[in-house]
Amino acid sequence: MADFFANYGSQMMRLIWEHLYISMIALGLGVIVAVPLGVALTRTSKLATVVIGLASILQTVPSLALLALMIPLFGIGQLPAIVALFIYSLLPILRNTYTGMRKVNPSLVDAARGMGMTEIQLIRKVELPQAAPVIMAGIRLSGTYVIAWAALASYIGAGGLGDFIFNGLNLYIPELIIGGTIPVTILALLVDFGLGMLEKKVTPRNQISG
Amino acid sequence: MIEFKNVSKIYGDGTKAVDEVSFTINEGEFVVLIGTSGSGKTTTMRMINRMIDSTSGEILIDGKNIKDENAVELRRRIGYVIQQTGLMPHMTVYENIVMVPKLLKWDKDKMRETAERLLDKVDMGTEFLDRYPQELSGGQQQRIGVIRALAANQDIILMDEPFGALDPITRDSLQELVKHLQEEMGRTVVFVTHDMDEALKLADKIAIMSEGQIIQYDTPDNILAAPENEFVESFLGEDRLQQRSTMQTVDQVMVKKPITVTSDMTLAESIRVMRDRRVDTLFVTDTNHVLQGVVDFEGINKNRKKAATVDEIMSHVYYVKSGTLLSSVADKMLKRGYKNIPVVNEEGILEGLVTRASLVDIVYDTIWGDDEEVESMPLETTQYQESE
Repeated sequence: MADFFANYGSQMMRLIWEHLYISMIALGLGVIVAVPLGVALTRTSKLATVVIGLASILQTVPSLALLALMIPLFGIGQLPAIVALFIYSLLPILRNTYTGMRKVNPSLVDAARGMGMTEIQLIRKVELPQAAPVIMAGIRLSGTYVIAWAALASYIGAGGLGDFIFNGLNLYIPELIIGGTIPVTILALLVDFGLGMLEKKVTPRNQISG
Repeated sequence: MIEFKNVSKIYGDGTKAVDEVSFTINEGEFVVLIGTSGSGKTTTMRMINRMIDSTSGEILIDGKNIKDENAVELRRRIGYVIQQTGLMPHMTVYENIVMVPKLLKWDKDKMRETAERLLDKVDMGTEFLDRYPQELSGGQQQRIGVIRALAANQDIILMDEPFGALDPITRDSLQELVKHLQEEMGRTVVFVTHDMDEALKLADKIAIMSEGQIIQYDTPDNILAAPENEFVESFLGEDRLQQRSTMQTVDQVMVKKPITVTSDMTLAESIRVMRDRRVDTLFVTDTNHVLQGVVDFEGINKNRKKAATVDEIMSHVYYVKSGTLLSSVADKMLKRGYKNIPVVNEEGILEGLVTRASLVDIVYDTIWGDDEEVESMPLETTQYQESE
């Protein structure tokens, strides 16, 4: 154990940073794209089925294959990895945003609209706050997935803790495999915990207990 | 003034929800739209704030076609109350009340002042401002729903079966409250319901709707006196049509000149009045005979060391205006257990008192017919003594 840290400690810190960096950028982009898209879809229910269907299909592409498919488009390195992980993060966020918004009590929407809120005000002041817990659950799910899948990104040269795992596999060094896997798991748990705290913060007071 | 001119609403599948409706709602009127489900009453109401756009015809508010106005701005001028209250669960009572003022960007002090004033109007204290709607009872929630619709000084208030989900007693008191607020503040109210009792109680005018058309549009008295056709008759029901013949107002049965004291009288003086007049309750008026409140024997007894004059210990009293139908007062007495209810005129001057004994007379008359028979009944054993 001590030997492992002596030999690989500094490298590990760098890889953890890379791993987190790739995942968080991908997740951030996912949120920036999927939440507004999900909101927009609640306004056009015909398009919604198509778009969510498409996102579901993308989700079914094997992760390794999706990463490999990025190479002809973006070459190797961090960029294709971020793009691939971003695509993966979309579906849970998109679907939860859409269902969360749709499940907002229709009488609240009716009252808000009837009192003279514009569509934007309605979304910002009523629908998003009411849907926040469901949307956050989607973001948490995506967050955990993205951290786990980012381990594969090393395969296309993006770095991250996957480097340890793949090296361990190639060179038959079990310590490296374990030394890569455990931090990935811990990272995933930490991110989930962090997003959980955020979820509590954005959850309207009325929904915490109920 | 709201004018409907040949207004229709036809949905894509060809169903005519509203069919060539024309009628006028004058300023300050309380108009109730009533009908069975599918009669088009809610659609008619929702067309006023353009929650539904009419297919043809014109709706004018104060002479201006509402289609020429931005729907969002129009809605901010019109109060809106719905059955499920529509209170935002993630907002405090205060934030809920000032929703529209906030959209209109009023300044903070003005919003705060408005919220406090309106809460007071519905007998709720400022301690409610920071609570959340789900911490309130159903009746309290709908009180907030009602004052939210008044907060931006809207001239027109639309109410879509606002009390349908409440228990009868709470509904009763909210009906009182809304009618009172409407009269006091002079707002125009368009109220949708399927409950005829509610309509008769609240409305200045009732529009009876069926299959997208208005069958009869008139005052409750006129509708009861001359139902347009069999549909209206059946909608009113046998009971109400019969009641009409025995419609009595409180003025006919009230005891004139109830025993009063003025608010600056001392407790000792008032207890003397009680003793002299053999009563346990006194109504308190100001020097112009305007009703202020009530003191009873227990209150005086409890506070005789603490208070000097009656206005310090008098409590609020439930009263009705002269001309109120006796049936509604009787209902209230029985349901809420009032011993008696004072009657005041338009200026608030105390005119008389309806007592439980007056109700006994009425019931007696109804059961035993005309007075002759009543007098022939043996009365020596139990004579009802008025206790007020």
